[in-house]
Amino acid sequence: MGGALSDLVLETKGLTKEFRGFVAVKDVNLRVRRGSIHALIGPNGAGKTTVFNLLTKFLQPTAGTVRFNEHDISHAKPADIARMGVVRSFQISAVFPHLTVLENVRVALQARSSKVFHFWRSIRELDHLDARAAQLVEDVGLGPFLHTTAVELSYGRKRALEIATTLALDPELMLLDEPTQGMGHEDVGRIIDLIRRIRKGRTILMVEHNMSVVSGLSDTITVLQRGQILAEGPYETVSKNPAVIEAYMGTEHG
Amino acid sequence: MAVVKSIRPSGTVSGRFTGNTRLIIGVLLIAALLVAPYVAYPGFLMKALCFALFACAFNLMLGFVGLLSFGHAAFFGTAAYASGYAAKVWGLTPELAILFGGLVGGAMGLVIGAIAIRRQGIYFAMITLAISQMVFFFAIQAGSITGGEDGLQGVPRGNLFGLISLEDSLTMYYFVLAVFLLGFGLIWRIVNSPYGAVLKAIRENEPRAISLGYRVDRFKVLAFTLSAALTGVAGGTKAIAVQLASLTDVQWQMSGEVILMTLLGGVGTLVGPAVGGALVVGLENYLATSGLPVTMVIGVVFVVCVLVFRRGIVGEINVFLGRRR
Repeated sequence: MGGALSDLVLETKGLTKEFRGFVAVKDVNLRVRRGSIHALIGPNGAGKTTVFNLLTKFLQPTAGTVRFNEHDISHAKPADIARMGVVRSFQISAVFPHLTVLENVRVALQARSSKVFHFWRSIRELDHLDARAAQLVEDVGLGPFLHTTAVELSYGRKRALEIATTLALDPELMLLDEPTQGMGHEDVGRIIDLIRRIRKGRTILMVEHNMSVVSGLSDTITVLQRGQILAEGPYETVSKNPAVIEAYMGTEHG
Repeated sequence: MAVVKSIRPSGTVSGRFTGNTRLIIGVLLIAALLVAPYVAYPGFLMKALCFALFACAFNLMLGFVGLLSFGHAAFFGTAAYASGYAAKVWGLTPELAILFGGLVGGAMGLVIGAIAIRRQGIYFAMITLAISQMVFFFAIQAGSITGGEDGLQGVPRGNLFGLISLEDSLTMYYFVLAVFLLGFGLIWRIVNSPYGAVLKAIRENEPRAISLGYRVDRFKVLAFTLSAALTGVAGGTKAIAVQLASLTDVQWQMSGEVILMTLLGGVGTLVGPAVGGALVVGLENYLATSGLPVTMVIGVVFVVCVLVFRRGIVGEINVFLGRRR
């Protein structure tokens, strides 16, 4: 991270997305500081996942701009964003189901190599990536499952595999869409530890419902409601904000 | 994508058998192919091998990318004309004529692939069909090259490398077998290459592959180009072996037939399409002299196949062997 780079790794201005007249995201100005863990929270249907899709270009914004490291990426393609260092996970676990754990991670490592189009070479050419892939798998606690087919993993382990795959690209900005959704207590703890470990040298923007995860991890929280930013700041401030309390009224998060 | 999803491959051969079993089966198959012309009529066997290669090349798209092309006859037929013309008019040796056919097929695949690849499922099938119909009508119009309704007749088999005469059917058969094995070997290599690994990932989960930075369209266009080039090799070899390139080769029914062969043999398996191709050619050959309505019988076979063994012959065998294990 050179000193020339600005403090903000990601910045949106007036980000808006309409679906046939329905405004899913409205005038969102998001500023993600370099090296921080930034959480995006809000009630169901607040537009969190839509914002994610807009940032990673899986959706095109109706209006507004997205800047990554001061480059305008408003109209870039999803694969190009990934190559710039913005890599996302998905709400529904995104693994390659019929590949083994090792192969899943290796495909991601391969993305960085120049051999992706080598159709005349033996697949053994990829063997040199195995050690690095195994290391990443070990890092997320999946060591014993190296040769298990991904589809056979438990839900929590699939999420861990997904994070290992994302980490293989060594992304500068990692976007995690509900990393602990649908997980048991133990798995949640493991993912929190994992995120703490991997945050070094990168920025993490995550959508998360679990308030204990959000409060324990994030430096900044942005609360979305009906596609608009309701509040922003550290957990202590945001959790005392009357508007936020009202938005969450009646839910367990109170 | 519904069509394609429901006929997803049941696992490739390599995924089901251990290395030794595979080696033994491979050796036995090649041995069988070597003695085959002493048992069956070489002319029929040559045709069967050409269509087997055609189906394997087609399967590269349907089985390993998951896109159903309904226009592969355009590559097969055009390459047949190209190879036939090169051998007959330019006097190229057979191996060069076939190579030329492969290049023509590949070039067409690159152009058509680049146009069609952004579409999926039925839209991809319709675009490829539409373009192949344009090629068909061009073949009718360009009578000076294609011979129009009569076809390009009297294609010389010539001398291999300018040395070995292929007039003898047995010699020709072994040449066709060599082309088939080379083509099949290349397909095996593509599937088991670094590129094949990415292709597999794209088929498994395309949005995830994109989010990892893969520009998936480029991978698909390359697969389409390779598939079309190998289809061209099959078409060119057929023109030399049968000494005829005709409108049948470029007609839409041919595109349908190769789908049938692939599904019958087992989509997404390596050897399945070859088995399906040989089987359909065999059936047609046998029925042609039986007085039965060929298309109806093949239609019935197809319906039964789809209803009873959905994974195709080789696909079902793979599952059966996997279960026993």
